[in-house]
Amino acid sequence: MNKNLQEQIIRSSGVNVLKCMRCGKCSGTCPSYGEMEYHPHQFVYMVEKGNIEPLLNSESLYKCLTCFACVERCPRGVEPAKVVEAVRLAAVRQQGNNHLVPTQIPGMLDEDLPQQAIVTAFRKYAK
Amino acid sequence: METFTYYPGCTLRTKAKDLDAYARSSAEALGISLEEPADWQCCGGAYTTAKDEIATKLSAVRTLNAARELDRPLVTVCSACHNVIKQTNYDIARDEDMAAKVNNYLKLDTPYAGETTVYHYLELLRDVVGFDNLKAKVVNPFKGKKIAAYYGCLLLRPSKALAMDDPENPTIMEDFIKAIGGTPVIYAQRNECCGGYITMEDKAQAAKRSGAVMDSAKDQGADMIITACPLCLYNLKKNSGSDLPVFYFTELLAEALGLKEANNE
Repeated sequence: MNKNLQEQIIRSSGVNVLKCMRCGKCSGTCPSYGEMEYHPHQFVYMVEKGNIEPLLNSESLYKCLTCFACVERCPRGVEPAKVVEAVRLAAVRQQGNNHLVPTQIPGMLDEDLPQQAIVTAFRKYAK
Repeated sequence: METFTYYPGCTLRTKAKDLDAYARSSAEALGISLEEPADWQCCGGAYTTAKDEIATKLSAVRTLNAARELDRPLVTVCSACHNVIKQTNYDIARDEDMAAKVNNYLKLDTPYAGETTVYHYLELLRDVVGFDNLKAKVVNPFKGKKIAAYYGCLLLRPSKALAMDDPENPTIMEDFIKAIGGTPVIYAQRNECCGGYITMEDKAQAAKRSGAVMDSAKDQGADMIITACPLCLYNLKKNSGSDLPVFYFTELLAEALGLKEANNE
């Protein structure tokens, strides 16, 4: 277990993962549940246990829509989306590990796509 | 005429010009002057919640500080700008560590500590204009129209920072619909996500989410659906596969106030 990575992610998220009581409401309300290999409650649990490598390498990092449904609806105020974000940052901050690069953008454009989509995707997928 | 600092954001200057133009003309008709701060920057589209992210929060702080310097509340229309700016303002007022790092970087004359009041345009209508006063100025009411309000995710959550309305049972958009003479339609998906930026790389997921929203509104008998967000409008129109008409709420506002034709001339 990489204790330093675990501590970094917990500090970066600002989340107390020990507050989680494993009710699963975050995953139950997640609009990306069906697209995720690891679900929001698993992010919280696996970070608590220091089992972070599988999360770092999972496409689930890029399926979170940052809709804050799990943050709003967690009965314990755990805020799972902040854990997902901290793990995603730990992944994309590594050299060469951006999930989206500018050369991909022209192929994604259509005449109506709002700029908001592009800037948001870069905030989430790249460093 | 009361003056507010107005932050349109990047998309209202490009793909969402209607959202902006109808907001401005309607505000003027309601006795509110909206003035942009000089040299504003894009908010970034999404709030970075991580504690060790500072640079991504600076543009929102610059906007908030510009409003503070002008000593006027800040108004936003785009749901994403509203979300980013309000979350930044909430955190900088409470997180001393973040505030210190941001202020070390910006070196403002007075450190920024969350002093600016931020309104979404809908809050301006509710809390400054008042829905009763708006109703009195309506010349083209949407009589008999069943209108579904789409909040999506960014207008309401996280509610402790946005403090706009009840995050699970909101009424602000429905009250707006009533004020312009329409009949609000309540449906299950009104505060669930449209898929947002996932449209960039996963059209199937965007179609699933936006389709669920549109079908839910249509099943409850909606004639149309309204939003404050350019990305919601895009997903609902382009990815949902539904034929339910989608409009910016400001377009209906301008039409109700009799301003739409003047806007289009």
